Amino acid sequence: MLLVSPSTYIAAFSFLSLMGFIFTSILEEYSKAQQNVSPASAFFAVYFIPVIFMVPLLTMKCLAEERRLGTIETLLTTPVTTTEVVLGKYAASYLLYMAFWASTGGLFYILYRFAGDAHLLDPGPIIGGYLFIAVSGLLFVAIGVFTSSLSRNQAVAGILCVTALAAVILGSRYLGSAAWLDRESLAPLKAAVGYAQIWEHLQDFSRGVVDARELLFYASGTVLALIFSILSVEAKILHS
Amino acid sequence: MPESPPLPAIEVSRLVKTYAGVTAVNDISFTVARGEIIGFLGPNGAGKSTTMRILTGYLPATSGRVSICGHPVATETDEVKRRVGYMPENNPLPDDMRVSEYLYFRGRLKEVPRPMLGSRIDEVLELCDLKRVRHKIIGKLSKGFRQRVGIAESVLAEPPVIIMDEPTIGLDPHQILIVRDLIASLRGRMTVLISSHILPEIEMTCDRVLIINQGRIVAQGTPSELRREVLGQSAYEIEAAGALGALPFLLGAIDPGLSVASEEPADALGFRKIRLKTVNDDDVGEAILRACLSEGLRVRALSRAQPTLEDVFLAATRRSWDAVAGEPRGSRNP
Repeated sequence: MLLVSPSTYIAAFSFLSLMGFIFTSILEEYSKAQQNVSPASAFFAVYFIPVIFMVPLLTMKCLAEERRLGTIETLLTTPVTTTEVVLGKYAASYLLYMAFWASTGGLFYILYRFAGDAHLLDPGPIIGGYLFIAVSGLLFVAIGVFTSSLSRNQAVAGILCVTALAAVILGSRYLGSAAWLDRESLAPLKAAVGYAQIWEHLQDFSRGVVDARELLFYASGTVLALIFSILSVEAKILHS
Repeated sequence: MPESPPLPAIEVSRLVKTYAGVTAVNDISFTVARGEIIGFLGPNGAGKSTTMRILTGYLPATSGRVSICGHPVATETDEVKRRVGYMPENNPLPDDMRVSEYLYFRGRLKEVPRPMLGSRIDEVLELCDLKRVRHKIIGKLSKGFRQRVGIAESVLAEPPVIIMDEPTIGLDPHQILIVRDLIASLRGRMTVLISSHILPEIEMTCDRVLIINQGRIVAQGTPSELRREVLGQSAYEIEAAGALGALPFLLGAIDPGLSVASEEPADALGFRKIRLKTVNDDDVGEAILRACLSEGLRVRALSRAQPTLEDVFLAATRRSWDAVAGEPRGSRNP
């Protein structure tokens, strides 16, 4: 259904326009003066803009709409379990999210085709960047699915998702630089916040450092968000 | 089907469901044989939808035992879901799919093998007279078509048990007729449990009726059994003129239980319409007529009044409300 629905193509179009715009403005910066990072690093550094806007739009419908229309009832009276439904919705959203990101590969191809400057196209940051998008996307999309399970109103689910993603992405950065966490007694908390620094994960990935702790952070976050989604769907049925 | 024939299609015993202190279903037990069409009647909020949802495995019961074709719903939910075709209240459908796409999707979900699915979809489209709209988007269909898409979907995987919650709600009389014929065409092949408010329809299609009120079964049986059991009396209507003062005495001679229930004033020709009632179920119409004529009364019409299921329904639900009012209900006031 995702691939025949016009809304998918509208979303893909706007996503690509936005990313293309960001990409061109980065290249313009590069044409003016020499920069010390590769354009790919600069491009992936603004990943949070599409994440905060696109993930809610992609996921807010998935469970909220089923509940609003009542089709969740027909869905769950076929031989499928709630877990399968949630995982199916999650997989569909994640694949679409990755397809959108994969389409930005075209931007690098155009650059390669017309600039022909190997210096601009360092493969390391590009591969690292896409790897980061793929791994962090697991968590972001899971958060989107979870917020969609909380409300039968798509708008509410979308706003919750924007808030949750902003809290995870920007909040962890804020906490990382917060002075009150520097106290001795809060040292374990400080260390925990240190592991959850999504921006630093991006830099690690871009440099080619794939830390198992970072992978574990995303994997455990994803599993947790999906378990909560399943529980939320089941709880809403019990109290419907 | 691996099960042996004597297993009933639906078996419910002592089913209880409470929501946050409110008892929606209170100790219901019933059995439905294979191939039977059962009507589920009850006022709004009686617990019909809740019972149906429990039967499909969508909602867990608070206590009690429910089995579909011998498979307990609580432990073998997947087996039960394979055997039940369910159409919920208000018939929710995705608005952005085409009819054939939706049926294909549902068929795959219901584990209909891919090679058989195409012909099976054609069959149900034919059965529900949906061939003309198979490529239309569901959101643009009229109510009658949507309802038939829901019915087509519930019979798609040829489940032995079909549960439909108000399948004819919001349809015009012509569409109701089509849906009724459709349900009747399933008789013998599938066990059908339908709930409805439209009583004549239940009366015409169903082999047996369950009347439920305030979470309890207040009456069950075939429509004619219910009439006898719930109303417990037959009624006659006679239009006669003459010396009607002797009538009560005459009636007492025929049947001691026969009495005048109501009497209307005489019309221009001097005929009065008199309603008689008796607890006796034997047909005493001929005796009444003979007695009246022998006394020189002029009789214009005599008929035995057929109570409708509606009367039965009203009487049964009223009776249960009276019973409920008489006893304190702990569940309603915690």
